[in-house]
Amino acid sequence: MQLPKSSKQFFSEAGAISRFTAWFFHEAFRPRYEWKEFGRQCYEIGYKSLPLIALTGFIMGLVLTMQLRPSMLEYGVEAKLPDIVSLSVVREIGPVITALIFAGKVGSGIGAELGSMKVTEQIDAMEVSGTNPYKYLVVTRVAATTLMLPVLVVLSDAISLYGGYLGVNIKAVTSWDLYITQVYNTLQFSDVLPAIIKTFLFGFAVGMVGCYKGYHSKKGTEGVGRSANSAVVLSSVIIFIIDLIVVQVTDIFGFN
Amino acid sequence: MAQQLTYPNENVISIRGLKKYFGENKVLDGFDLDLGKKENLVVLGRSGSGKSVLIKCIIGLLAPDSGQIEVFGKDILSLDHQALDEMRIRIGFLFQSNALYDSMTVRENLEFPMRRHSIDLNEEDARQRIEEVLDNVGLSHTIDMMPSELSGGMMKRIALARTMILKPDIILYDEPTAGLDPVTGKEIITLIMDIRQKYNTAAIIISHDMKCVKATADKIILLQNGKNYKEGNYASFIGSDDPYVQQFFE
Ligand SMILES: Nc1ncnc2c1ncn2[C@@H]1O[C@H](COP(=O)(O)OP(=O)(O)OP(=O)(O)O)[C@@H](O)[C@H]1O
Ligand SMILES: [Mg+2]
Repeated sequence: MQLPKSSKQFFSEAGAISRFTAWFFHEAFRPRYEWKEFGRQCYEIGYKSLPLIALTGFIMGLVLTMQLRPSMLEYGVEAKLPDIVSLSVVREIGPVITALIFAGKVGSGIGAELGSMKVTEQIDAMEVSGTNPYKYLVVTRVAATTLMLPVLVVLSDAISLYGGYLGVNIKAVTSWDLYITQVYNTLQFSDVLPAIIKTFLFGFAVGMVGCYKGYHSKKGTEGVGRSANSAVVLSSVIIFIIDLIVVQVTDIFGFN
Repeated sequence: MAQQLTYPNENVISIRGLKKYFGENKVLDGFDLDLGKKENLVVLGRSGSGKSVLIKCIIGLLAPDSGQIEVFGKDILSLDHQALDEMRIRIGFLFQSNALYDSMTVRENLEFPMRRHSIDLNEEDARQRIEEVLDNVGLSHTIDMMPSELSGGMMKRIALARTMILKPDIILYDEPTAGLDPVTGKEIITLIMDIRQKYNTAAIIISHDMKCVKATADKIILLQNGKNYKEGNYASFIGSDDPYVQQFFE
């Protein structure tokens, strides 16, 4: 993806994405509901991302712990290692890294799939076959990304914490019971809730941007590749922006 | 379809003064067309002259800027969504790029229009129809294959099968023989003629392929600069001394 050449281009793109998103709320809550396709998308988007998310989550927890240990040792607070790892994983690193990986896998997949459907006229073919392609393709995918990403993040967090446990045990010895009790005592409701809420927003953004880019793909193979690519870049940027906003807002509401 | 066709004149499609601009690009600029019952009409024109745009306007995929399109005597621009869908059941559309759904098997591709349109068909009838159209195009053995496993000509034939599965009264063919070898092209032409014989369909056929034009056309319209450049039967085109017309028949 290139940065927009002018502010005019930026605003017209932003306007187009907003309209595309507004259309989601117009279409999503009126029949006909595409349950079957929604289920299939949840499987494709959620279940099939599991191994990747699990692997990266595990490494994330393990590495984070190993990296933090020396500094903690220096300040003599090595015993607080589980606290700091669980806080960083649950509040920030888990949701954001998982969402970025999700954007890379799922966002690009949606962008490429819808892009090639667009240029090979499959979307037009659906429309003449009595199907509302926006409902069938966009609403189902966006709903699936919105609901699946939070689930994936929770799983990834859990696996990360297990990775953290192993990380602690490399150089010291802790029992699982002790570790997990310490984690539970550290984590507050106010740490978990905002973190979960933002994952819904991340999921929505990844799905929406992927669909938008695919739906507006230019003709040709290059066009499809570009949709996939810009879907990842744009949704990654949006993930960080949402993260920034959510942190500010939850701060105002006293969740900190 | 067994359903009685009710429309005032004999034309299943009639278009008057059709205009479609994309910005500065005046693709269609006052185009007229009449398609009679069971008639095969060929639309000729250079690449980019707006032939695909024309038939996409007819089926309501593109909204014209002005002009009138009547299908079965109804102005399609005034139809609401449901009425448009009902109309589309009676119009088959063969896309230039086939538009087979590549995440679905051949069977699912053929089922799709039947399942999605609100028509009464039980499982058994649906299955029979699929077998019938696959048999028509001679590809019964591909039923469980994915489109990616088929050759270009096979994909075209499956797309044709999908086009006729609802037994439409009108079929719009967008370059049915383009990119095929002469033998496969001939098979497709034969299929198009068979479909007309069997189901009494009227058709608009977009083609550059002179073999196809010669075999199928009852009437030809040459589209140039968004307008009807010349209209007539095959003989009148081949006998024309207009150099622009002759270029197509060299
Ligand atoms: N969605 C669109 N947006 C902008 N311009 C379009 C669009 N669709 C078609 N055009 C333009 O309209 C013109 C006619 O396109 P069309 O696809 O109808 O050509 P065609 O006659 O079917 O050509 P070919 O024989 O190559 O298929 C082209 O100049 C094309 O760039
Ligand atoms: Mg065309």
